[in-house]
Amino acid sequence: MKRLRRVPCPRLRGHGKCRKRRSLPTRAWAGHRIGVGILFIVFLCISCRISPAAERFPPPDFTDHQLPATQAPAAPSPVYEYADLAFLIAALGLASYLAVRRRSRRGLFVLGIVSLAWLGFWREGCICPIGAIQNVTLAAFNSTYVLPLTVAAFLALPLIVTLFFGRTFCAAVCPLGAVQELVALKPLRVPPWLDQALGLLAYVYLGLAVLFSATGTAFLICRYDPFVGFFRRSMGADMLVFSLSFLVLGIFIGRPYCRYLCPLGVLLGWFSRISQWHVKIPPDRCIQCRLCEEACPYGAIRTPTTVQPPADHRRGRRRLALLIVLLPILIVLGFGLGWMLRQPLARLNPTVRLAERFYQEQTGRVQGTTGATDAFRNTGRPADALYAEARSLLGSFGLAGGLFGAYVGLVVGGKLIYLSVRRRRTDYQPDRAACVSCGRCFWYCPAEQALWKNNPAACGLATMPEKT
Amino acid sequence: MDNPPTTPNRRRFLATALRAAGALGLGGLTAGLAAKRGRTGEYVWQLDPQKCIACGNCATYCVLDESAVKCVHSFAMCGYCDLCTGYFPPEPIEQRTGAENQLCPTGAIQRAFIEDPYFEYRILRDRCIGCGKCVKGCSAFGNGSLYLQVQHDRCLNCNECAIAVACPSQAFRRVPADDPYLLKVRGKQA
Ligand code: SF4
Ligand code: SF4
Ligand code: SF4
Ligand code: SF4
Repeated sequence: MKRLRRVPCPRLRGHGKCRKRRSLPTRAWAGHRIGVGILFIVFLCISCRISPAAERFPPPDFTDHQLPATQAPAAPSPVYEYADLAFLIAALGLASYLAVRRRSRRGLFVLGIVSLAWLGFWREGCICPIGAIQNVTLAAFNSTYVLPLTVAAFLALPLIVTLFFGRTFCAAVCPLGAVQELVALKPLRVPPWLDQALGLLAYVYLGLAVLFSATGTAFLICRYDPFVGFFRRSMGADMLVFSLSFLVLGIFIGRPYCRYLCPLGVLLGWFSRISQWHVKIPPDRCIQCRLCEEACPYGAIRTPTTVQPPADHRRGRRRLALLIVLLPILIVLGFGLGWMLRQPLARLNPTVRLAERFYQEQTGRVQGTTGATDAFRNTGRPADALYAEARSLLGSFGLAGGLFGAYVGLVVGGKLIYLSVRRRRTDYQPDRAACVSCGRCFWYCPAEQALWKNNPAACGLATMPEKT
Repeated sequence: MDNPPTTPNRRRFLATALRAAGALGLGGLTAGLAAKRGRTGEYVWQLDPQKCIACGNCATYCVLDESAVKCVHSFAMCGYCDLCTGYFPPEPIEQRTGAENQLCPTGAIQRAFIEDPYFEYRILRDRCIGCGKCVKGCSAFGNGSLYLQVQHDRCLNCNECAIAVACPSQAFRRVPADDPYLLKVRGKQA
């Protein structure tokens, strides 16, 4: 204590030596000081609860000392965002040209790598159109969140382009798609029933992403982005396992994220269904060699249909009628289930979680406190306000969960109906929703290669008969 | 196709109408949402120092290996104390500036004598890992002039900040990019 006591106390400047230490006593405890010290700590703790940063020690007025400024480096200029937007527009245009008009698989491949380098590794995966779904949802439901224009454009542009040219965004612009495109080395054929069933996951994921961003709870798509960790070259151990397994899976199953999880893929698929100029395999010269079917790693080639015996046809009609009756039942059932799930869903919300924990602590159901409840106590906010906020959130989760359930019911029922409607096809065609316009099918098509050889200039959109 | 000859035309018209509606609707929706509040600027993450409890998550949860959050110092609020509770642990072994006597695990705070009895504490940015130990010490026993802020020259501005998810006090929020700090100012207490 002796050594410390020689130090003048700033609080008592001008009054000579400090009489009472403001610091905690050091090792040299002296009997009664323990009590005083503890009281002092308690006092400090209490006082800092009331006002977290009181001016306990008045700042000195220096005469000849210039106070340094607080370090606050400026945010990087928005120029980068606009550059990203310009890149997106250019890449979308080029990808559409390469896929639909130029029909160059090689060009798409190179462009994919460039996009991966720019949007993926250089800009480290943020901003991405998949995640932008959540920003748009949040902006629609939360009046305090302002949607940046670039983010809005990042979602809208790929969708609009898809409306006209098919999923050319997926072919060569999306960095996530490009990663999977690169690792798709030994794609196995996924049985169609499994492919369709797993495809439902993406719908569910989209629904959950919208649900959680609408309630301001979380951005799931960003949290479970399998490749963004690679782009940033840093991630936690659990994410590393997740990402690596996706990468390894991607060797054997073409684009697992795109086909079975990507929420944007769902929207793009729907937009692509009505696209005006979608990639086509030269269908007028099809020699039924099935090379395109072999070449597509994503199981997107639909084969020509055979003529159906009348008995099958009748049975099919009956099944379809049954499924159409089933659809509303599934929707209502889904609503009920989703509503019942509101509590587990709401638990992802930090405020709901905090309120729950706080209530348990107050009523003695659990021992000890957490960082979150400590922080809440620190704010001095009344508990009732917290409970009210949590209750209103739970209410929105009831509605949102119900709607989510109804949506899942609709998706499942719709899928069943879609699968039992027979379409007639006379040749091999890419499925407009599933096709990511990667270009392998026509690249391997012998009819196309013959065309290239004979008259390279004529190859492209102009020579392809419009097929609907 | 063996549909009646009128069907392809009707289908094509329907598809065109749908496309036009889709494109217009999308453009309108996004532009409308973006223009909703008459502000279309970019937003970045920042933490509110009045809410922060210096739990230490900022150092570990950032997607960057070296966190984008670092300690800053509002010098005008600082008491320039000799025995800084952000610099020294509650029971310093001795009041010297050796590393074993410092609260900061990386020795990121530079202590400099200004005039009797005042000392200035500067943060060496390159060393600070944003652990918040000094912040805790300073706000518990001092003026609270040391606090954490997201450093925007480092922050990637993730769409969902990983620290915001882990922050127990919900201190993170989006702030306009042209005013990206929530600095503490003398005389303005929450
Ligand atoms: S499906 Fe999704 S992840 Fe895959 S390329 Fe398209 S947008 Fe990207
Ligand atoms: S995570 Fe939150 S409470 Fe913890 S140090 Fe960071 S801002 Fe403060
Ligand atoms: S104690 Fe932690 S937050 Fe404070 S300066 Fe050191 S590293 Fe930064
Ligand atoms: S936005 Fe990303 S980079 Fe910035 S502080 Fe949060 S986690 Fe770190």
